[in-house]
Amino acid sequence: MNNVKLMGRDRAEEILKLALAYSEADQTQVSLRSGQESLTRFAGSVIHQNVSEMNGDLSVKAIIGKKIGFASTNSLEEDAVREAVLQAVEFARHQQENPDFVSLPKPTPPQDQPVPSTFYDSTASFGPEDRAAAVKHVVDAATSNGADAAGSYSNGYVEFAVANSLGIMHYNALTAAQLSTVMTADTGFGYAGRVSMDERAVNPVEIGREAAEKAASSRNPQSLEAGEYDVVLLPYAVADLVGFLCYLGLSALAVQEERSFMNGRFGQRVCGENISIWDDGLDPRGMVRPFDPEGVPKQKVEMIDHGVARAVVYDSYTAYREGKESTGHATGGVGTWGPMPANVFIAPGESSVEDMIASTERGLLVTRFHYVNVLQPVQTVMTGMTRDGTFLIENGRITGPVMNLRFTESVIEALSNVEMLGKDLMLVEGMVSAPAMKVKSFRFTGATEF
Amino acid sequence: MKEFTEKALQKARDLGATYADVRVVKRAHESIEVKNSKVEAMAASTEYGFGVRVIAEGAWGFASSFTVTPEEAERVAELAVRIAKASASIKKDDAKLAPVDAAEGKFSSVFKTDPFTVPLEDKISLLLEADSIIRSEPEVKISEATMNSWRDDTVFASTEGSYIEQTKVECGAGLSATAIRGEDLQTRSYPASFGGDYATAGYEFIESWDVVGHAAETAKEAVQLLDAPQCPSDERDLILEGSMLALQVHESCGHPIELDRVFGTESSYAGTSFLTTDKLGKFRYGSDIVNIVADATSPGGLGSFFYDDEGVPAQCVDIVKEGNFSGYLTSRETAEKLGGRSGGAMRADGWNRIPLIRMTNINLLPGDWTLEEIIKDTKHGIYAATVKSWSIDDKRLNFQFGTEIAWEIEDGSITRMLKNPTYTGITPEFWNSCDAIAGEDDWHLWGVPNCGKGEPGQAAHVGHGVAPARFRKVRIGVME
Repeated sequence: MNNVKLMGRDRAEEILKLALAYSEADQTQVSLRSGQESLTRFAGSVIHQNVSEMNGDLSVKAIIGKKIGFASTNSLEEDAVREAVLQAVEFARHQQENPDFVSLPKPTPPQDQPVPSTFYDSTASFGPEDRAAAVKHVVDAATSNGADAAGSYSNGYVEFAVANSLGIMHYNALTAAQLSTVMTADTGFGYAGRVSMDERAVNPVEIGREAAEKAASSRNPQSLEAGEYDVVLLPYAVADLVGFLCYLGLSALAVQEERSFMNGRFGQRVCGENISIWDDGLDPRGMVRPFDPEGVPKQKVEMIDHGVARAVVYDSYTAYREGKESTGHATGGVGTWGPMPANVFIAPGESSVEDMIASTERGLLVTRFHYVNVLQPVQTVMTGMTRDGTFLIENGRITGPVMNLRFTESVIEALSNVEMLGKDLMLVEGMVSAPAMKVKSFRFTGATEF
Repeated sequence: MKEFTEKALQKARDLGATYADVRVVKRAHESIEVKNSKVEAMAASTEYGFGVRVIAEGAWGFASSFTVTPEEAERVAELAVRIAKASASIKKDDAKLAPVDAAEGKFSSVFKTDPFTVPLEDKISLLLEADSIIRSEPEVKISEATMNSWRDDTVFASTEGSYIEQTKVECGAGLSATAIRGEDLQTRSYPASFGGDYATAGYEFIESWDVVGHAAETAKEAVQLLDAPQCPSDERDLILEGSMLALQVHESCGHPIELDRVFGTESSYAGTSFLTTDKLGKFRYGSDIVNIVADATSPGGLGSFFYDDEGVPAQCVDIVKEGNFSGYLTSRETAEKLGGRSGGAMRADGWNRIPLIRMTNINLLPGDWTLEEIIKDTKHGIYAATVKSWSIDDKRLNFQFGTEIAWEIEDGSITRMLKNPTYTGITPEFWNSCDAIAGEDDWHLWGVPNCGKGEPGQAAHVGHGVAPARFRKVRIGVME
């Protein structure tokens, strides 16, 4: 176990107040992060990398008129804080005016909805010996299935606080634990992973078993011609695609820049009626974040409702530009990223993966994708490889593993062809809670040699 | 500082570490982003901290902290040893390191004008001027111009007696124009996409690209692409422009020669490699004219340095010689397994990350053609330029890349512009189809500042020297 020494709300607020007091800008925002992150990495069924980091960050956004400067430091010492504030102000002075900037966000009344807990002592204090013990369960599962295990176990805590000169002041501490593994059994591969705010929800025995069974059953894959196949996508694969969809088109900045598939289609059907996608920062099935890096409380945003384009997420900059309020989806830091969904849910259906397989005459089961990238952003055309367990389905049952295939497909089109949705949601990589999906006529354009 | 590093090393020794090193890194970063005639970001960041890496009971441990005090040096060293002992509970063999000579010295990269001393107004006005030229094209909806500068001051000390101080200054810039009409979105970038071109150099490097002088053409091409026909879908000769070929080298050569990937230690994340050790010295990677080196000494290269983060001197290693696969990027630990010395490719992204095997400058050596001669010699092909998208399987065999633009070549002449070009292939087949490489005059060392690897994630600054080259009978236009 680790000794966890939190800075605490009082000390965090003290530093933020001190920083705000140094600023001579018209408006100032200061945010602070401090915490410990550790990660144990294994490959070939041994631990080969094992790290821990204690770090901080103090970021200052200073506004003079409509001129914005930004500076950050990883030291929370008084001198460094002061220097960062002065540098942000100095940068703002040298800046050009940004006519689209209206204001930093103003404080909002407290939310009615209670904020679920985000900090788990069990996760924060999980030490290197605990991680090694969890990894041992995964390695044992691999060994008993004749496989080699690789992967990582990470855990940590972070305190985050943000204040601005208009009166916003928020503090929160949160934890996260994540275990994932790729197993290799001769020519077979398998994957499993879980992430949670609470380490006790990350079960290494279950993860080990899932990956090992998949690796063992995907030995000796046969080659398969590229072409259109009905596919059963496991939640890992669905989350890969929908995560990219969020990045491409579900932020207000993408719409304002006319590069989103949502442009000109609000209120209209953009995909199948069985598809609903929303963001809810307070839903404890995902990673809860009560407020965003600007200190705006998270709002639930129904982005696609029964196939109809409804809304995108906003930060204060994109919201005030349209005379709206931020939905609490700022990404923080600097740059031109704009707001982004962060705790995304896809509405589940009523099927099991077994039902999907049973209903498929000829198709593929895809565990997950690798190296997905965007070809045509407005049409949401992406390409990527299958990975870690791809199987042929014939006459309602899995008949054997196949070598990996490259897909090239429009995701929004694929979401128009969803025939069945899984009844359970799985949180993948801490961002998208996804069900399994059966998609008709998914396009594969190439194959590889393993 | 020597007192501080010695404190950490001594604590590690006292607790049973058989090897330890400590790195203290101070990093300054300045970034300016102009978008649609507005300076969207002007930011400075500084990071300071140290990391202690140890071997104890035959296994690795690493801990790091942003508090650089003698007390913290001891706490962090102690945690690193404790972590190593936890690692040792699941090990097979003891970690062993290939020998390296202890080194001492102080080194700095070469630059004329420190980018951090150039007045902010000058940098902003350069980007705004380029941006305003781009925006004068009415159908350009998004214009962007960015500039980044970094300065790293690093101290490396080890229990084997090394004490090395290095300073590295890097910078670069780029711009892009995005024209949108209905669902058609077309982007052109200069001099390269995703932020431009970068080097270990001073502000003179940014000035040498003359981004203002190229803004009008960049914007014009983005708009022209809206009216250009779709790249056809068939098999023909492919000539790759420099920045696109740099990415091709990066993905299909640079990553698969990382010896840690080959040994499977990245398998859960980035993947492994088809270039297994049984192929070393015996595998036809490319055609006779393909010569590739990993050169950490290339002047101005973004992947150049004096010593790597294990204290191994920078060097030039043969990777592919006359088409034969002949070498890897290595660390002390992986080199030991092959029975040699490290090629010096261990690099860490800051004080809070362990060094990993990273690319240095992976350079395709120039050939004896000119680009004009290659085009003239091509009967039926395309000349494809500037990276748009990339995807490659986890052994680095099947790839599919998209470029911003291409021009059709018929009977040795460029006939028309093509939009949405893509091409796909299998790595060794592709490199074996290379039959013409342009020479010194067309050769440029491109800098890529965002190569991702590892858990927790690390971004490396790497370089790729290339001249345009031709590949025969490549499958293009995968979408149609």
